Amino acid sequence: MDDKLQPAIAAFKERLNAVDTEFRGQITLTVPAARIVEACHVLRDEYGFDMLIDETAVDYWPQAAPRFNLVYQLYSMKQNVMLTLRTALDGNAPHLRTIESIYPNANWHERELWDMFGITFDGHSDLRRILMPHDWEGFPQRKDYPLGYEEVQFSFDYKEIDLSKPRAKE
Amino acid sequence: MGVEQKLGNMGIVTTTLEQAVNWSRTNSMWPMLFGLACCAIEMMSAQASNYDMSRFGMELMRASPRQSDLMIVAGRVSQKMAPVLRNLYDQMPDPKWVIAMGDCASCGGVFNNYAILQGVDEIVPVDVYVAGCPPRPEGLINGIITLHKKIQGESLKKWS
Repeated sequence: MDDKLQPAIAAFKERLNAVDTEFRGQITLTVPAARIVEACHVLRDEYGFDMLIDETAVDYWPQAAPRFNLVYQLYSMKQNVMLTLRTALDGNAPHLRTIESIYPNANWHERELWDMFGITFDGHSDLRRILMPHDWEGFPQRKDYPLGYEEVQFSFDYKEIDLSKPRAKE
Repeated sequence: MGVEQKLGNMGIVTTTLEQAVNWSRTNSMWPMLFGLACCAIEMMSAQASNYDMSRFGMELMRASPRQSDLMIVAGRVSQKMAPVLRNLYDQMPDPKWVIAMGDCASCGGVFNNYAILQGVDEIVPVDVYVAGCPPRPEGLINGIITLHKKIQGESLKKWS
């Protein structure tokens, strides 16, 4: 563990009852979902984590009970250290406060999270789809979303599949 | 069909209108820039000095559909890109042709999922499919020569 991270982690354990885990020198702080905005505020203003590198999510369905985990990857330019914030989100339509006011680049990350996982960010200024077409239904990165593949044509079943394949008209 | 060889010193060659028009179309093609993925790199390479597609009368890629008559779809087409591609195709003036370059544009390739169109022939009529992932520049040039052969066989009826 990096020595520069020690004060921040100690303070977080005390103030936000966070849990810290280490894997091969990478530190992850697990914070309750309700306090994520506060945690980001403290990390930016008091500990110099001035850059949000990534904000993403993991879907643990059907193995784990809190279905989604939200992951924030923070970086401190001054100290050259990285820190991962994690929070568990329960339910099929999870809600969370946006951190757009702290890290403005979270705008697009949160739009992508809404598009792919269906996680709603309360207070977000422009929450609409970013990657999929605007009239798309469902959230493709969820584990229970169907892959939606078309059947592959082989020489023995070429004709049957060809009948149902959509073709362009000139 | 006419006298297709030089007649003495007269400097005159006769041929059919069909052949003359098809010949001029073949040797002055204006492809549209439609690089979507890694196939576009091979397409650029086919245009650059090593392979030099201008030998076949296509030295410039046009960025505007209104100035082009050949669409080389180089790469996978996502469901979001599909209406855009069709729109560009509709904006191209007749006569127009489409080459599906690579496996993804031809049949979806390895991306058999919700996001990728399973072959560009679902939205635009395709004249030539070029196989490969991605096809080498020689492959693309072979596809273009195949298209040239197809155009040379087109009949007068089809123009109208």
